[in-house]
Amino acid sequence: MSSLNAKIQHVFNEPACEKNQGKDVKARKKGCSKPLTPGAAAGGCAFDGAKIVLQPITDVAHLIHAPLACEGNSWDNRGTASSGPTLWRTSFTTDLTELDVVMGQGERKLFKAIREIKEAYAPPAIFVYSTCVTALIGDDIEAVCKRATEKFGLPVVPINAPGFVGSKNLGNKLAGEALLDHVIGTVEPDDAGPYDINILGEFNLSGEFWLVKPLLDRLGIRVRACIPGDARYLDIASAHRARAAMMVCSTALINLARKMEERWNIPFFEGSFYGITDTSEALRQIAGLLVKKGADPELLERTEALIAEEEAIAWKKLAAYRPRLQGKRVLLNTGGVKSWSLVHALMEIGIEIVGTSVKKSTVEDKERVKQILKDENHMFEQMAPRELYAMLSEHKAAIMLSGGRTQFIALKAKIPWLDINQERQHPYAGYDGMVELVRQIDLAIHNPIWRQVREPAPWDCYPAVKDELPSTKSGTATVHAFKKFAGTTADDFGEC
Amino acid sequence: MRKADGRVLSQTKSAAVNPLKSSQPLGAAFAFLGVDGAMPLFHGSQGCTSFALVLFVRHFKETIPLQTTAMDEVATILGGADHLEEAILNLKTRTKPKLIGVCTTALVETRGEDCASDIATIKLKRAEELAGTEVVLANTPDFDGAIEEGWAKAVTSMIEGITRPGARARKPKKKEKKKIAILPGWNLTVADIEHLREMVEAFGLEPVILPDVSGSLDGTVPDRWVPTTYGGTHVEDIRGLGTAVQCIAVGEHMRRPAEVLHRLTGVPYVLFQSLTGLKSVDRFVSLLTVISGAAVPAKVRRRRAQLQDALLDGHFHFGGKKIAIAAEPDQLYQLATFFTGMGSEIAAAVTTTDASKILEKVPAESVQIGDLGDLERLAAGADLLVTHSHGRQAAERLGIPLMRVGFPVFDRLGSQHKLTILYQGTRDLIFEVANIFQANQHAPTPEALDPFRNREMPDELRSSPLARH
Repeated sequence: MSSLNAKIQHVFNEPACEKNQGKDVKARKKGCSKPLTPGAAAGGCAFDGAKIVLQPITDVAHLIHAPLACEGNSWDNRGTASSGPTLWRTSFTTDLTELDVVMGQGERKLFKAIREIKEAYAPPAIFVYSTCVTALIGDDIEAVCKRATEKFGLPVVPINAPGFVGSKNLGNKLAGEALLDHVIGTVEPDDAGPYDINILGEFNLSGEFWLVKPLLDRLGIRVRACIPGDARYLDIASAHRARAAMMVCSTALINLARKMEERWNIPFFEGSFYGITDTSEALRQIAGLLVKKGADPELLERTEALIAEEEAIAWKKLAAYRPRLQGKRVLLNTGGVKSWSLVHALMEIGIEIVGTSVKKSTVEDKERVKQILKDENHMFEQMAPRELYAMLSEHKAAIMLSGGRTQFIALKAKIPWLDINQERQHPYAGYDGMVELVRQIDLAIHNPIWRQVREPAPWDCYPAVKDELPSTKSGTATVHAFKKFAGTTADDFGEC
Repeated sequence: MRKADGRVLSQTKSAAVNPLKSSQPLGAAFAFLGVDGAMPLFHGSQGCTSFALVLFVRHFKETIPLQTTAMDEVATILGGADHLEEAILNLKTRTKPKLIGVCTTALVETRGEDCASDIATIKLKRAEELAGTEVVLANTPDFDGAIEEGWAKAVTSMIEGITRPGARARKPKKKEKKKIAILPGWNLTVADIEHLREMVEAFGLEPVILPDVSGSLDGTVPDRWVPTTYGGTHVEDIRGLGTAVQCIAVGEHMRRPAEVLHRLTGVPYVLFQSLTGLKSVDRFVSLLTVISGAAVPAKVRRRRAQLQDALLDGHFHFGGKKIAIAAEPDQLYQLATFFTGMGSEIAAAVTTTDASKILEKVPAESVQIGDLGDLERLAAGADLLVTHSHGRQAAERLGIPLMRVGFPVFDRLGSQHKLTILYQGTRDLIFEVANIFQANQHAPTPEALDPFRNREMPDELRSSPLARH
């Protein structure tokens, strides 16, 4: 575990992370995750974070070395898409029993599990994840993986991120470290070229990267590896031969981006495919970096031409929504880079942002949001469910965009809600994705159910008409009141 | 691992492929969620809670109160008692619950923590702060059991920790209704519990149901924000369970809580292994007439007649069909007996753990302890897969329709409002299955019916080539 500790300290000391560089030595050593409050904590563990980053690699068998809960309660729950292999959706776990734990049979069971998977599925690689219990009982997954790699002749990669070491975000980074230590650079591609790029931190949720990839194809730019969305093991193993990289999810894989720059001289920038101007800016930056690294400078012109063409089409499509959405108030409750890029895009069509969470954002992110919103009061670190519910039920927002966790706070307050996190059903990246997002906001806000659910039952609308029988003459469903009006009180909040 | 008998086949693989199980602490939390003003608390790392929470939300489409002691690396090494205490006090001040249900996880159980004594100490030390809140413990390591065991342990812990012990006067005063304690298994849906209550009330009896998910997980829209469960069994009613004239437990896994109630309060219990199927329901209704002394109400007779008619109309679709089921032991028994009772055959039976006695009674040639990988292997040639939503991948690959049951069901709406018990629930199940078969019937082709082609295949491997309802 000491090597894991060293790794964690090392990851916390990320020079490319601006938030981190603002801290003094002591604060930096403490790491980026705030200590959790027992009884008031939310969010996933490091194992969760590691699995989120690696599981979308589609042709790898992901084996969770754990008692049941770690995998049994969490598999088949993410909306990333594959253009080919489906093995990543098959769940593998050693499902340790009490006997395995007590008798110390964990390592042996793990080794046998690797053999079974190899024989039945012949994957190009197997990723083995350690977890709280297997770390606690001292199973040496690195040794088992090393032995299995030799014995079975296929890469068996240890992912050392047991849940108790920290947060989901730390797990993201430890997953990046595992790729650096064991995967990237292990295979030499025979087709490397001057237009090869890597996309880091793109998960291909609902297949949304496929809204962007054709734009790159059109420019003759090849995605050597998209990590992890729709990736194959070999793409990642040979990712070190790309000429440039884009980092999409700012906090998740920054260590991976920086170290690939150090080791293999792959320059990177941080960008986003959410929103029109951001998509254009990303294309521009990719082209710029490639040209700097020796691609033909005419790429810049072609990129500008494509951007002009695509932006014009997208704006035209969006203009249709402006009359329906102008002045609508949106509450954004999501972390990280999604905030500023989405804020910008929505404001472009006249939507008003009444608040955005900056919980996971860096100092720089916050600065960007501040500039765009022109009002600091609209930023909040995080909101307690009760406050959020109060805000929504007072109709301070017309819609909330967030992840599934807070979905029911909006719905129970009878406020439209749109999923913009990992479980969502619609692709929002690129120019077309932005149009889709605005379309979904329009559909959500204007759905006819809102009027129905907000209206009280008819018998609660009128003052009491005691003992009057329902009118049977009309034959319609108008039922008169039997009991006194029992109005709902909006200020009646329980403690939370 | 215990080997029940030759028919229960234990797991021999090292790699579980596509788990069937949800974890034991999840099952315990599920039971605590059926209590009014409750807050389940996982004693483990925050991921344990996060995964269970997300799974609950995917299934119920509801906000689920569930918290964590957030064990970190230091607590993992030094022990989690402080985290447990801090979590309980934090929950008390922030959410004012009536019940905190502590569920241990593999992490603290592997450490060998004595959580029972930790909680006793906390309750003693913090008696003043914790006044008005019950704290109970279910020991539920993830490396043992599944939902069934967790659910039963939580119910047992509530009875042991909350119910007033000692034999009570059970003769109701005049005009007071006789009280019946009902301990339903986890596999009863919200609709099942509502229906069960109405049935018991129809006999002039007063049911006290523990846990009662129909009050808390039925998807109502409250007019304020409530951080705990709203609705469910009242803690006061759990305290007074001993005043019931009779306890009815549903599912073999509820035997232990029923026994504990009997031991503590002397309330006798009757156990129904299943309330699905005409025979079991008849037995149940007969019991209600005996306890209440009332005649069977007309509307119940009417429901029975409707079920008879459904049996007549439905049996054409069931006869000779091969059914592959993967479910927790009691639900496996409930469904397997339902299908065989309709003339179908259980081609594959897979279950989570081997601890339940009910497995010996499952009407299948053998019962495999295993996962959905096993189901997929055993189900080739079956006409219907029956399991939770995770079975969708196997169903796709095998090209066999899937009937979603149990937990989790995350890719269909309304699973909690599906009725599966008593006359009406059995009737609904018949219709659901018959409709799946009708929606998936194969048109006859000359190849499929060619007498010579069919001769090359041994009869028992054939999935009813002539059946095309």
